[in-house]
Amino acid sequence: MASSTIQKMGIDFSVLTVGLFVGVFTLLALLVAAWSPDPLFEIHGWISLLMGIVAIAAVCFWAAGLKRSKVFDPSAYEDTLIKWGVGVSMFWGVVGILVGFVIAMQLTFPNFLYFPEYGFLNFGRLRPLHTSAVIFAFGGNVLLATSFHVVQRTCRTRIAGGMWPWFVFWGYQAFIVLAATGYVMGVTAGREYAEPEWYVDLWLTIVWVAYLLVFLGTIWKRKEPHIYVANWFYLAFIVTIAMLHIVNNLAVPISPLSSQSVSLMSGVQDALTQWWYGHNAVGFFLTAGFLAIMYYYIPKRAERPVFSYRLSIVHFWALIFIYIWAGPHHLHYTALPQWAQTLGMTFSIMLWMPSWGGMINGLMTLSGAWDKLRTDPVIRMMVVSLAFYGMSTFEGPLMSVRAVNSLSHYTDWTIGHVHSGALGWVGFISFGALYCLAQWMWKRDRLYSAKLVEWHFWTATIGIVLYITSMWVSGIMEGLMWRAYNEFGFLEYTFVETVEAKHISYIIRSLGGLLYLVGALIMSFNVFMTAKGKTRKGEDDHVHAPTNDGLPAFAEATPAE
Amino acid sequence: MALFDKHAVFEKHSLLLTVGILVVVAIGGIIEIAPLFYMSNTIERVNGMRPYTPLELAGREIYVREGCYVCHSQMVRPLRDEVERYGHYSLAAESMYDHPFQWGSKRTGPDLARVGGKYSDEWHMDHMADPRSVVPESIMPPYEFMVDRPLDYSMISETMAAMRVVGVPYTDAMIENADLDLRAQADPDFYPENVEYDYGLEDRYNEASGREGTVNVRVFDGVPEEVTEMDALIAYLQMLGTLVDFDTYEAGDLQNRR
Amino acid sequence: MSDHEKEIDEATGVETTGHEWDGIRELNNPLPRWWLYIFYASIAWAFVYWILMPAWPALPGMGTNTPGIRNHSDRDLVAASVQELRDARAETGQALINASLDEILSDQSLRQFAMAAGESAFGDNCATCHGAGGQGFPGYPTLADDVWLWGGSLDEIQHTITYGVRQDNLETRFSMMPAFGRDQILSSEEIRAVAHYVRTLSGLEEASEESHHGQEIFEFQCVSCHTEAGTGDQLQGAPDLTDRDWLYGSDLETVINTVYNARNSAMPAWGERLDEATIKALAVYVYSLSGGETNS
Ligand code: HEC
Ligand code: HEC
Ligand code: HEC
Ligand code: HEM
Ligand code: HEM
Ligand SMILES: [Ca+2]
Ligand SMILES: [Ca+2]
Ligand SMILES: [Cu+2]
Repeated sequence: MASSTIQKMGIDFSVLTVGLFVGVFTLLALLVAAWSPDPLFEIHGWISLLMGIVAIAAVCFWAAGLKRSKVFDPSAYEDTLIKWGVGVSMFWGVVGILVGFVIAMQLTFPNFLYFPEYGFLNFGRLRPLHTSAVIFAFGGNVLLATSFHVVQRTCRTRIAGGMWPWFVFWGYQAFIVLAATGYVMGVTAGREYAEPEWYVDLWLTIVWVAYLLVFLGTIWKRKEPHIYVANWFYLAFIVTIAMLHIVNNLAVPISPLSSQSVSLMSGVQDALTQWWYGHNAVGFFLTAGFLAIMYYYIPKRAERPVFSYRLSIVHFWALIFIYIWAGPHHLHYTALPQWAQTLGMTFSIMLWMPSWGGMINGLMTLSGAWDKLRTDPVIRMMVVSLAFYGMSTFEGPLMSVRAVNSLSHYTDWTIGHVHSGALGWVGFISFGALYCLAQWMWKRDRLYSAKLVEWHFWTATIGIVLYITSMWVSGIMEGLMWRAYNEFGFLEYTFVETVEAKHISYIIRSLGGLLYLVGALIMSFNVFMTAKGKTRKGEDDHVHAPTNDGLPAFAEATPAE
Repeated sequence: MALFDKHAVFEKHSLLLTVGILVVVAIGGIIEIAPLFYMSNTIERVNGMRPYTPLELAGREIYVREGCYVCHSQMVRPLRDEVERYGHYSLAAESMYDHPFQWGSKRTGPDLARVGGKYSDEWHMDHMADPRSVVPESIMPPYEFMVDRPLDYSMISETMAAMRVVGVPYTDAMIENADLDLRAQADPDFYPENVEYDYGLEDRYNEASGREGTVNVRVFDGVPEEVTEMDALIAYLQMLGTLVDFDTYEAGDLQNRR
Repeated sequence: MSDHEKEIDEATGVETTGHEWDGIRELNNPLPRWWLYIFYASIAWAFVYWILMPAWPALPGMGTNTPGIRNHSDRDLVAASVQELRDARAETGQALINASLDEILSDQSLRQFAMAAGESAFGDNCATCHGAGGQGFPGYPTLADDVWLWGGSLDEIQHTITYGVRQDNLETRFSMMPAFGRDQILSSEEIRAVAHYVRTLSGLEEASEESHHGQEIFEFQCVSCHTEAGTGDQLQGAPDLTDRDWLYGSDLETVINTVYNARNSAMPAWGERLDEATIKALAVYVYSLSGGETNS
């Protein structure tokens, strides 16, 4: 489409526009730092100012390098960014899991890391830090990194937008830093999974729109006639999260110089909007996005074709259509009118098979190559993730049945469900993809050590099993205790008795979390050593690890659209 | 199969795919959420609801800031054991001025929807500062820092003004008097120097509520000289669930059934 | 251009779709039958459920939602099931309300019922302040002993529970110990002296010059409530200062603090929250924790 001069201009243009955005960001940060009467907002002003200055320096540095080197070389994949993505994902993964371990300990030994005089590390502030760190910082970075990788390979073109993908990546890190520091200081909007305040939301909106454009732009200039199924899922994830994020965070700041805002909606409408968002954060962030990962890395790693194209189509559209309706299952028996609860419940049941469609497509992709489960621990990790996915998407519809939910809601059963999905599905598929990327992006024949992957797999699996079984036990137990009556028709247990009764389960959960954390640390080491180009001695070298560094001569090919 | 071949349109046109996704994911939300704004049986008809007083509102902000909602629900479900343990099931009307709602999704601690009046202010002081001093089995974090940290209410009238923008019926008088009302609620002997104050706190909010006695005016933290964060938080906790007049509430009314 | 030929996958014998992305192909397997049938079944089930239960909202101005032919309402159901439970307890409950202490103690079933109800209500309402077995905490009296601020007969206990202490109802237990320090009735030295004296009353310290000075102040300021001998007055809820049982604590600093600020702690009036039978049961339960006071 374009001659090289135009492309050069385009490149410069991207640096220019990114520079402009970063400049405005920095200027606003300066204003806030200088003038906000709100001390917490002021701190965020300073943090942003610092980040802005570093970003400006980076942009200038880059602009200077443009003439000399082929930074945005259209005939090569952008892989440096993905390397950063792998590193940052590992970092946030360890941080998020560590905070998870800390809050698990706080519920077990209630003076763990509490400083009564300050409150920074109180459970109420750390829990949102944990959820955001694992979902948005870890999960989000995995999604960014893999989507940039997958969309380039499956479209056979360099990622679009010159410097913009870099803006998306670093802009997203800025979002995480602002959100995380905010929680610890007490800047929160008080909406689960959407805790960041209005200005952080606005920033994320900008980053996210840029992400959508970069992604769409890459698909637009693809050299393949068809868009691959993984990209449908990535696209659904990006588009829907944009919609959810914007609507759920509608709010009126109490002043442009205050960190506080009041949400546009209130009470019952707000509740449904929030859980429409919350449930679909699961559906589109933790499910659609990670299914996209599955659709590339499993067939690629197993070197097998995807099981069924037709199943891909049906389960894709069914999944995204039905997921949206299921939010009210978070509000069963609340003051939400029952008609909405009915819709939430019935659509959750109908969601069962579309969810399993992804699992079937992934598992059956291995047919004809089941031996790889034995020989390649990375594949095993990803396949087990599908098993956990299948389990939590069976458990989910079950918990959506009102009668079941009347027991499970508010209890640790929900927490168990969450973590079978989060640790088993999201965690394992991410680890699998990151192992692949560590090997492929640094162009290694194999990982530093397959044995260590094995170790990671087993510690983490045992960790998950401890985690979810202890939560089933404590969840069902507390649900039953809350509703137990004695022979005279009076409530049998007090609330604190249920708290006490969960103690043992909480110890086991902490242990499970610790194992999972150890697994993640083993992995970090393995990835680090792989990146350094080391291979562990004494491991049989004939482990077959498919590679991914082939650079097709795609520069000359014409775009499909 | 012919039908599946048609899918190629989406696979070949990225914009069509994008629009297709957007349409498909928009439907469910619109059909579920929009009716809550126009259907008459969404919010019950009740007597007694009023906006938060400035002190309660400030307390609510602390509640949100500290993330109490991650452990405490404020939603008693219409289930026998909950109604017996906590009191009348929660109504949608009771959170109509909650921006954002705080129903919660996890009960690590007990439901707080009806905690207002259940304990004394001193108990809340003791319990918040060190939960295990009064409930040895408790796993709640300590909030000692709130005991003597002065409440920052410099933005309280702005907050109320913003809430009015999103539909909370704060009157001009409520917003104008916000600072003084706030201090007056935490000290029955409040007497501001150099400022005119009409002592209309209770009238203003009782009138909005349509009931008498909906405002607790007292020294919540035992120290009248200063308004602390604990004053605000306890004022908030002590009004939770106390506004609606259940004597006049008609559970059988079609609009109120669920 | 990357549309390859459709070919047969060797391992499975299934045809591919002919597309390829970065080496990935797709098989053209049909939808698994079982999968499709369960999907259909879940949709069919949803339709049935929508007919039975409130389900679909109306367009603006066209009424409310479809009510469902079961005419289901959570709120009606819970009202009914709570009523059922209360009805089942009503007869014994009424008998309990009418019964005197002796009758309750002598009637096995009545006593068991009262204890069960009392224990249940105590756990979620009272134990938070008075401790799980009524053992109390500083500032919250022990109920499992025979020291009573406001009287330990069944009736007195029931009265305290119903109307609370220092609440805003007319029947509430009420008294106000002055804040001798904060309200500048006594100087700090005087308070220290009187605190020393108070501690001599229960033998915590030896009489001293200071405590003698304190005694003079005590006789002037405190005897109206705590009596000459310091044994307290249940009518005013003034504690006995001669025993070893302390509401707030017996060390000098705590006593000084009490006299300086006066605590005047409050207990909620449970009559506003709990029904009569439950309160009676609570009284019996509390009474039984301590053995109560039979004389008054
Ligand atoms: C780690 C979870 C946790 C957090 C965070 C937490 N609580 Fe609690 N809370 C509990 C538990 C457990 C109990 C029950 C034991 C007890 O009474 O301490 C409780 C009890 C309470 C009670 C007594 C309720 C009753 O009816 O007995 C109140 C009031 C309360 N919390 C308020 C708060 C407030 C306000 C915050 C935030 C500033 C907060 N809690 C944060 C766990 C938590
Ligand atoms: C908010 C804390 C709190 C709760 C909850 C509470 N109490 Fe009390 N209670 C007190 C305090 C404080 C006193 C002492 C008041 C005083 O100084 O006279 C007291 C006094 C009493 C007394 C009088 C003791 C005496 O020595 O005369 C009885 C009996 C009693 N409570 C029973 C109960 C029962 C039964 C419940 C539950 C239904 C209950 N309390 C709940 C705080 C509480
Ligand atoms: C108007 C009546 C009244 C007067 C006068 C009074 N008290 Fe009290 N005192 C009380 C009451 C009532 C309590 C229990 C307070 C509570 O529950 O907070 C109490 C409690 C105490 C306690 C705490 C006992 C414990 O178990 O921890 C001490 C010590 C005490 N008084 C000392 C004094 C002294 C010394 C004076 C005189 C300088 C005095 N009081 C004057 C009514 C009075
Ligand atoms: C293994 C390490 C982990 C431990 C020990 C851990 C521990 C915890 C704990 C203690 C809670 C709070 C539960 C409660 O309030 O009772 C929690 C909540 C949560 N965690 Fe984790 N976590 C871990 C890893 C993860 C990961 C990797 C993810 C996601 C990818 C995740 C997602 C969540 C979510 C979404 C919640 C909120 C659940 C809810 O609100 O219902 N966690 N975690
Ligand atoms: C068919 C798919 C699924 C359905 C129908 C479903 C259903 C449910 C239900 C009913 C709840 C409990 C709501 C409550 O009582 O509060 C829940 C909670 C949750 N689920 Fe699922 N689930 C599904 C899949 C998943 C997956 C795959 C994940 C994670 C990767 C996940 C993550 C969560 C989280 C994080 C929560 C906690 C929300 C909160 O209360 O904070 N779910 N889900
Ligand atoms: Ca937000
Ligand atoms: Ca105060
Ligand atoms: Cu959900």
